[in-house]
Amino acid sequence: MNILILLAACAGLLALRFVPKMNILGWLVGWWAATFVFLRWGINPPLPTSIQGMFLAILTLSLLAYISANSAHFRFALDRAVAFATEKKYTVALLVTLILLPCLVALRVYFDVTEGPAPPLSSRTIHPPPPVSIEVAGRTIDLVNDDNPYRALETEDPAAFAEHVANGRRVYYENCVYCHGDDMAGDGLFAHGYDPIPANFQDATTIAMLQEGYIFWRIAKGGPGLPSESTPWLSAMPAWENFLTEEEMWDVTLFLYDFTGHRPRAREDHGGGGDGH
Amino acid sequence: MKWLARRLPAGSLLFLMLAGMTLVAFWAPDAWAQDAAGPVEYRSFPVVGSRVVVWVIAQLHLMFGAFVLAVPMFALTIEFIGFRNGDKRYDDLAHEFTRLLSVSFSFTASLGALLTFFLFILYPRLMEYLVSIFDWTFMLYACVFFLEAVFLYSYYYGWGKMPKWLHLLLGLGLNMVGIAIIFIADSWLTFMNSPNGIDAEGNLLSTWDAINNFTWMPINIHRLIANICFGGSIAAAYGAYKFLGAKTDEERAHYDWMGYMGNFIAIAALLPLPFAGYWLGREIYAFSQSLGIALMGGTFSWLFIIQAVLIGNLFLAANYYLWLSMERIHGAERYRKFTKWLLASITVCFIVWATPHSLVATVEEARAMGGSHHPILNVLGVMSAKNTAVNVLILTTYLSFLFYRRANKEATVSWAKTGNIVQFGILAAVVGVVIFLGVYGYFVEASVRIGLSIPQVGLVLFAMISITIIDVFMFRNARILGPIEWGKIPNRAQYALFFIAITFAWTMGLMGYVRSGIRQHWHVYGVMRDTSEHAFTPTLGYAANVVSVTVLIFFAFIAVVFFLSSLSGKKQLEAEGGASP
Repeated sequence: MNILILLAACAGLLALRFVPKMNILGWLVGWWAATFVFLRWGINPPLPTSIQGMFLAILTLSLLAYISANSAHFRFALDRAVAFATEKKYTVALLVTLILLPCLVALRVYFDVTEGPAPPLSSRTIHPPPPVSIEVAGRTIDLVNDDNPYRALETEDPAAFAEHVANGRRVYYENCVYCHGDDMAGDGLFAHGYDPIPANFQDATTIAMLQEGYIFWRIAKGGPGLPSESTPWLSAMPAWENFLTEEEMWDVTLFLYDFTGHRPRAREDHGGGGDGH
Repeated sequence: MKWLARRLPAGSLLFLMLAGMTLVAFWAPDAWAQDAAGPVEYRSFPVVGSRVVVWVIAQLHLMFGAFVLAVPMFALTIEFIGFRNGDKRYDDLAHEFTRLLSVSFSFTASLGALLTFFLFILYPRLMEYLVSIFDWTFMLYACVFFLEAVFLYSYYYGWGKMPKWLHLLLGLGLNMVGIAIIFIADSWLTFMNSPNGIDAEGNLLSTWDAINNFTWMPINIHRLIANICFGGSIAAAYGAYKFLGAKTDEERAHYDWMGYMGNFIAIAALLPLPFAGYWLGREIYAFSQSLGIALMGGTFSWLFIIQAVLIGNLFLAANYYLWLSMERIHGAERYRKFTKWLLASITVCFIVWATPHSLVATVEEARAMGGSHHPILNVLGVMSAKNTAVNVLILTTYLSFLFYRRANKEATVSWAKTGNIVQFGILAAVVGVVIFLGVYGYFVEASVRIGLSIPQVGLVLFAMISITIIDVFMFRNARILGPIEWGKIPNRAQYALFFIAITFAWTMGLMGYVRSGIRQHWHVYGVMRDTSEHAFTPTLGYAANVVSVTVLIFFAFIAVVFFLSSLSGKKQLEAEGGASP
């Protein structure tokens, strides 16, 4: 966050308090401008323009609601608008506005058409839904009902569990580190060459929100095994089932959680009847 | 039109219209050309395809059904209030609400019949399978629907023509039967999402287990509450429609009150609705991680962002209406100064509620962020933040209600100051703890984080109940600062009521599609694959367009319902000489 910009926006709003005869319209414009400045320049790294637009739209709606939720304010705003359009003292300002508006639109069009070529915006979904089951080395793995077969060792046999984690560490640093990074933040040596960039496992909103079967599925099937919905995925992740054993893939899953300190999402009991089909 | 309306029941008109369209559509020889002798798995529907036609009719049937099942719930409650306190205004209002029912019931039945025909004609294999699972429940449904008609028309036409206790009993029966209808129909559709009571090949083991599947009860509860919201908002829109066309002050006062009551019912039911929705989502995730991720993290997650925008708008519009409503109350000026703080809270919560987890960004923007997650906004995109935002949003709306309730009252009890401090203390403490739990959620494992939503909800309910109880006692024998001048409200408040009704309908259509669509290429998830040409999941834009067109058709039909209802109401109002609160 850029504290200087934030302070400048706050100072601007504070300064409005000392402007004599500041009316409600002035306040609304002030709030809108201060928020715009903060969203545009006050957050680092910058917010995507799509999000800036959405936040400003919500703010605009709220400000319009504020002014029209009070009939005195609403009448004042209408009166000022009518006065601006009809009173002689505003003729110059009105003319300037009428000329400036199409000029601003033209300027926007100019910037749009002179911008360099860029790939289109993509609303990529991050968590592809896994299938009900997958085949790995001729064995069917039930992603809905099966757990990591070595997870139970964590409490039953901690020494054996530690061996699996150590094996997972070896697998990770032999295969995954180049893209996902040595601290698993998705910033490995090759990461800059990919779009989308590799997943950041340190982030509390990635593996910490998923069950281990999901992680296993992503490792085993990689980019080629992503579902046909919500394409293009553009993932460069290899299908590791072609290079690793099933045990190695479960072990590296254990290591991801062990290293980051996250816990996998546990399966929950349901309130419905029966045990499923 | 008036001549036609008098001579033909509205449902018959609609049925004839839709049947005519169907006949024309099937008239095309191509539509039938593919059918060979022998068992047919699918039949096609020209132009829009079989999926879209079933989708639109099912959605329209559901919307009318929701309205018809919801109105008796609050009509009965209002009638009971009138019966208890002897105030005829409540009885008149309840009667006016039920006036909307008779036309709507015909529409619901016609659309239901049409949906059944289309399903059996266009999806015979699926329907054969569902009948094999739910055979006797279909018959039970038909019987219960017949009972619904008996109760509904006896309740409507028997108004004022039988002892009140008997009429109230009829209303109770109507509601019981209505709830049974929705519970039976829910079992069929939830079975398609989360099948149960069958073996690995899909053969029936237990019909009861098939009914009592994983998502049956969450959907039942969610729909019951949502129906009340929806019904209340449509009834409020009817009040707004009548208000805008009112000729006299009495009419304006009456329909202002009607709009207010409808909106009060809608918003009161809206407050617990996110909790019910969260429970449903949680059950879907518990049934299948694949479905859960498709729902909220994958293909359909962008529709949740649209839903968040719609619900944020709903809360904003609901509060806006309340603030404008306070202009008709003398003494409400004392609470005006709080509007900007309430609005600030709503805006911040709205922004958090609508922030997506993965952002739409150009390649340069994504590279600057280090991925599609923004390092700061990232934390706002997950359920910990959103649960917290919606809880605070609910408390803010509750606060607007509280100010409205107190607007023209001044407490006279000796402990008024202490009462206010205690109320503020409860509110501040609950908001603080709700925010703390939201932040704490980032530091614990997922299953614990999900569990935190329960104390958050519990605290919000505790705050609303305890503050209301204190308020009731504190404002007993309160000094009244001035009257409520019903009818003296700006027209834009009525447009807010239209906006709320349309937004409810849109949200229902959108989320109904999400609930159904997460099955993707399955008719019955994991059991029966959709092998038709429409097995693919449509693009989000296409789905949003179908939902939007359906909402437009629904409101075109609702306009007919309003028109026909006001024809019968006109005669009655003229006979009674108008009634105002």
